[in-house]
Amino acid sequence: MGSDIFEIGVNFIKMVLIFVMMVQLVPLLVWVERRGSAYIQNRFGPNRVGPLGLTQLLADAVKFLTKEDFMPERGYRFLFLAAPVVALIPAALAFGAIPLSHPIFVEPFEWLGQTWGPYQFDFQSYKIGIGIVFVLAVSSLAAYSLMLAGYASNNKYSLYGALRASAQTISYELAMGLSIVGILLLFNTFDFSEMIRLQSGPLSFHVLGTVYTFDFLPNWGIFYQPLGAILLLAAMFAETNRLPFDLPEAEAELVAGYHTEYGGIKMNMFYIGEYGHMLVASGLMVTFYFGGYTLYPFLTPGTVSSWFAGSTPTMTSVWTSLILHVVFLTKVLLFLWLFIWVRWSLPRFRYDQLMDLGWKTMLPWALGNTIVTAIVIFIMRTSW
Amino acid sequence: MSQLLPVLVLSGFVVVFGAAIIVVASLLGTKAAKSKTKLETYECGLESDMSGSTKVPIKFYLTAILFILFDIEIIFMYPWALSFNDFIRQGYGLYIMGAMGVFLLIFILGLLWEVKSKALEWE
Repeated sequence: MGSDIFEIGVNFIKMVLIFVMMVQLVPLLVWVERRGSAYIQNRFGPNRVGPLGLTQLLADAVKFLTKEDFMPERGYRFLFLAAPVVALIPAALAFGAIPLSHPIFVEPFEWLGQTWGPYQFDFQSYKIGIGIVFVLAVSSLAAYSLMLAGYASNNKYSLYGALRASAQTISYELAMGLSIVGILLLFNTFDFSEMIRLQSGPLSFHVLGTVYTFDFLPNWGIFYQPLGAILLLAAMFAETNRLPFDLPEAEAELVAGYHTEYGGIKMNMFYIGEYGHMLVASGLMVTFYFGGYTLYPFLTPGTVSSWFAGSTPTMTSVWTSLILHVVFLTKVLLFLWLFIWVRWSLPRFRYDQLMDLGWKTMLPWALGNTIVTAIVIFIMRTSW
Repeated sequence: MSQLLPVLVLSGFVVVFGAAIIVVASLLGTKAAKSKTKLETYECGLESDMSGSTKVPIKFYLTAILFILFDIEIIFMYPWALSFNDFIRQGYGLYIMGAMGVFLLIFILGLLWEVKSKALEWE
């Protein structure tokens, strides 16, 4: 985690801060969801507690914490308590691997009579070379928490909800994994930072040895892989169990699905997991197809750091990273709003339609996308 | 290994955080009297007929098995996608295309067979 005590300390604090940021975004998103749904359905939503109803979140948290700690007699106690904790892990681990901004470079400095540095702090919990594979592997562990919750409750609604959830998650994982192959063919890397670096320039196509450049457009993946982006987004909706794919919680059929028996803060932890997953999904969409923390003509690491030409290299690096982090957050929040918008606009699928869409529609389309991408890249990049 | 140490630290931190929340909630929570009816498994007014061992439709197992097969096949495409450009640059483009073509042919035949054998039909 670092070579000396300063680096280890900073890395650990950074890790905790990023996790807390993820957890703290959840009440905010719940607020946006409630106000947003109210806006969409032409009603008010929570607007009494504090300005714009913002302190409603605090009131909710207190209420959740002071609820009676309850579990049904027939349930399996340890698994019942473990499931909500397990729900937190995949989202937190996956979110930690996504770069949230440009790395911060710290020049050597004097402190406590000792020379420290130079350091490079990545703006993410940890940097893993095979980042994409790691995120896919970890985020698919989410199915375990649902299965645990369903099994441990010993309730038929919970169990059927959990079964549906896991069957759905694994089915859409195929389409998700396959839709990413196109972007891998394009950028040839498993590393998020490298992928973002490749997207931070102007849009340029290599056609038979000639390069065509469009100066006013960024080199984003969406311009090369529009179909892949749509498939990945749809699969992400299914992976996070959000409407129109929220069959595991179809309240008309299953009461509340896998968390029927849960209440208070334990149920809320499943929500943290679900919203954390939405955050990871949005982060992946932004990183793969929308340039990550860069916005080519105006906000790239190069242009932003040139604004601070007068200050020290360390401060320049810090400010650059913070500004680029705001760019990343803005893009992610736009996607999160899309998640909420879709939830309140579309009805739910029927279960056979859902499975058909995953296996018989999205999987072949993702396969076709891969084949076409490979053939086009082969033709364009070969020196005949 | 040193790359994965932070992952271990973070998972440990998350587990401790989650466990702490549950403990705090159980300490702060209201203590109300528990009755037999209250502790029953949730059911819409009837007595629940869940009795320890539950039968699960075989369909879900089938889906899971098919998933494992296809997921492994998709994972095989990742290293191929990663080294695709290097092969083209070295002049082995046709070879890598052909190799993947054979693999994809088997993949597609498998998918077609699966659809035809009605393994994916849900009633």
